[in-house]
Amino acid sequence: MPAQIPDIPKFYQKRFMPMRQARLFPLLLALLAPLSGLAETFERRLANGLRIIVKEDHRAPTVAHMVWYGAGSMDETNGRTGVAHVLEHMMFKGTPTAGAGEFSRRVAAAGGRDNAFTSRDYTAYFQQVPKQQLSEMMQLEADRMRHLTLDASEFVQELKVVMEERRLRTDDRPQSLLFEQLTAVAFQTHPYRVPIIGWMNDLENLTPADAREWYDRWYAPNNAYVVVVGDVDHQAVFQLAEQHYSVVEARQLPVRKPQDEPPQAGIRRLRVKAPAELPVLMMAYKAPVIRDVEHDVDPYALEMLAAVLAGHDAARFSKHLVRQQRLAVEATASYDSTARGPGIFYLYGSPSAGKTAAELEAGLRAEVADVQQHGVAADELTRAKAQLIAGEIYKLDSMFAQAMEIGQLESVGIPYALNRRILDKLQAVTAEQIQAVAVTYFRDQQLTVAELEPQALPQAPPQRSPSAARH
Amino acid sequence: MKPCKLLLLVIALAVRLAHAGPQIEHWQTTSAARVFFVENHALPMLDIEVDFVAGTAHEGEGRAGVAALTRELIELGVAGMDETQIASRLADVGARLSGGVDRDRASLLLRTLSMADKRGPALAVLRAIVSTPQFPVVVFDREKARSLAALKEALTRPETLASRALWSAMYRSHPYGQQATPESLTALQRADVLAFHAANYSAARATLAIVGDLSRAQAEALAEELTAALPSAPAVSEIVVPALPAASEQRLAHPALQAHLLIGLPALKRGDPDFFPLLVGNYSLGGGGFVSRLMKEVREQRGLAYSVHSAFLPLAQLGPFQIGLQTRKAQVDEALQLTRAVLSGFLEQGSGDAELRAAKENLIGSFPLRLDSNRKILDNVALIGFYQLPLDYLDHYPENIARVTVAEVKAAFQRHVRLEHLATVIVGGE
Repeated sequence: MPAQIPDIPKFYQKRFMPMRQARLFPLLLALLAPLSGLAETFERRLANGLRIIVKEDHRAPTVAHMVWYGAGSMDETNGRTGVAHVLEHMMFKGTPTAGAGEFSRRVAAAGGRDNAFTSRDYTAYFQQVPKQQLSEMMQLEADRMRHLTLDASEFVQELKVVMEERRLRTDDRPQSLLFEQLTAVAFQTHPYRVPIIGWMNDLENLTPADAREWYDRWYAPNNAYVVVVGDVDHQAVFQLAEQHYSVVEARQLPVRKPQDEPPQAGIRRLRVKAPAELPVLMMAYKAPVIRDVEHDVDPYALEMLAAVLAGHDAARFSKHLVRQQRLAVEATASYDSTARGPGIFYLYGSPSAGKTAAELEAGLRAEVADVQQHGVAADELTRAKAQLIAGEIYKLDSMFAQAMEIGQLESVGIPYALNRRILDKLQAVTAEQIQAVAVTYFRDQQLTVAELEPQALPQAPPQRSPSAARH
Repeated sequence: MKPCKLLLLVIALAVRLAHAGPQIEHWQTTSAARVFFVENHALPMLDIEVDFVAGTAHEGEGRAGVAALTRELIELGVAGMDETQIASRLADVGARLSGGVDRDRASLLLRTLSMADKRGPALAVLRAIVSTPQFPVVVFDREKARSLAALKEALTRPETLASRALWSAMYRSHPYGQQATPESLTALQRADVLAFHAANYSAARATLAIVGDLSRAQAEALAEELTAALPSAPAVSEIVVPALPAASEQRLAHPALQAHLLIGLPALKRGDPDFFPLLVGNYSLGGGGFVSRLMKEVREQRGLAYSVHSAFLPLAQLGPFQIGLQTRKAQVDEALQLTRAVLSGFLEQGSGDAELRAAKENLIGSFPLRLDSNRKILDNVALIGFYQLPLDYLDHYPENIARVTVAEVKAAFQRHVRLEHLATVIVGGE
């Protein structure tokens, strides 16, 4: 039973559904060559601007259908944070032709499962169904793409649900709270500073008109794409899509302002007090993400650095900090090379009993310094690449994971077809490049450090003995 | 279409109807481990799950925590390889090892690429883990300390406190009620782990589920090799039938904004003929996502909670039926009353005709989604193997659901969910 590591929420969902955090490790061609029919995607653009991306996978008679909208919490404005996610909930509250609850009822009757998720960069809806039901799913999604009712009394009820979701997933989870505060300090102007679920006070003051405005602004076919993965023929899918989605008209989209974060000019530190037993330390270094697949170098090197530091049980953090030095009960690294906004390379963990967060910080810094001074060994890099390749094969076991990968890459403006190049780039990363990014980006000037200060529960519950209380 | 092609299609269709589930092959190794194999060459990968009858219910009194610690330690040192070498060798070939323990079983799951040069080293490591674990003293001390830290952390969380209190109230001194405490973990010695391993990780207590890119002959060889050197075999120990508790209600203080509400009782064991009526009924009560009664009443109509569910967790002996939700402190009593009203209403009326139809539509219609990846097939096959369900369990799953009647749902719920045995736990209410 390893200590729970900080849970960095990436999505907020309509319904609770634990999901492993998806990382960008694109396909390796060499190994995929024998898997005919699995690697290829097909794409078509409808006249209204909606793009349809299809990947055929004939292993089982099911299909994953997703609609991705190019609007997430980073597109929100002050005072209306959380509206992207609230609207996502309202998307299940009916249209004139399919009343409140009817959407999920019909998906269930079709033998399907449905849900939706909101991230900083996008909002996406999906159904997993037997393949015969794809047409009906498209009909339902096309309907709510334009005809959402947004009933005021439904809105009031659903807002309560969302506030309960915030209490459950952020306010009562010390690590989520820490992450929320860290993000708000690391970013001061870029909208990534705002939590996806929104600030509680903004939620309390959100109105149906706010949701309507959001819906009218962003829910248009020319700001969306459909991803279909499963036991389908791509031409037939294009025809179905034409039939259901082409009736929705394109609309003028608002101009997006970049809101770039100005350079950080020195280390930032914060502390959060919450009921917990273990301290948690999170270090956030500003880092680049992929903007030019062909010419970028650093994001690929940072991905491989994360793998060398914490990609498996024998990686450096686990080996040195947890096992040899016994400095941490858990220590890990996390970096995502794709995002619409700015990137962060996270190092985080919990110190062992008797060790402090400051000692863990020193330990994490020493690991980074070691890479800065001595680089990484050839076998470490080879191992990280082997893991990456295997991970790509394993991903093919899940239609849902394949659809997610396509959707996430497209959401940051990278055509899925380019994932082959991304893989080439990752495979080509050298030990020298890893050392170089460690030197360039791991500087105090670009660092924000957050520490969770555990608070004993005010009243020990009866089944805990006094010796278990915090000292 | 040519006639012979047409004929093939008809045959294929008939075969498919007769075998709704995957073709499961079953045999025993010479060491007496039971093997369940599904051959599938669509992807160049292989999944193996080794389950031992070695869950927390088998710890024995005063040894709470030893099952999880043994499972944790088994992969951290074998004859000739330390923990770093083990993890490195797996990483070198891109293999992933996972698993854990529940009340009944301890599991090791290996996912590997199926090419011989990848599969070979990964399987050699797995074989060493189950055959020659060393439980090194230094590693034992460290992992015990980590487990203790994790447990103490978990004991600050309202969801953990609620779940533990519920299991204690449902099962009291029964083995299913046993849960690790900081004191029980602290008291564990390395000798306890060695003894638990020797008594429970034997071939006679093992089932192997194998799914993926392997021939039957290869799978047989693999199973033989994997289980050849397991500890020798004490017979499988039976878990006693839990006594049903008297109804209870417990409230624990916690500073969280939300109260966590759980109600439950021991209700259902694996293989019980009431399984399908209860599954179908529970879909309408609180299992069926957005379309259940609990979801409609608690969330959709009143906005009391983000998540509310009901579920049966059948185990080797009576596993729990449970309802859970979280809501703002001030309204927990309202939520509790409402939940009780929905439950007793359901027990009195059972499912309506329309509810039954909707439940069947979804449970039968979604059957292909239960089996559309190797991982899902593995989960199902491992379950069938471990609990000794019929090999054609999946083949008959849709028709068993189709057969359920309104009267059966009502009778089954009244037999298994009796309010006079219901335990209620609220953590963090006002």
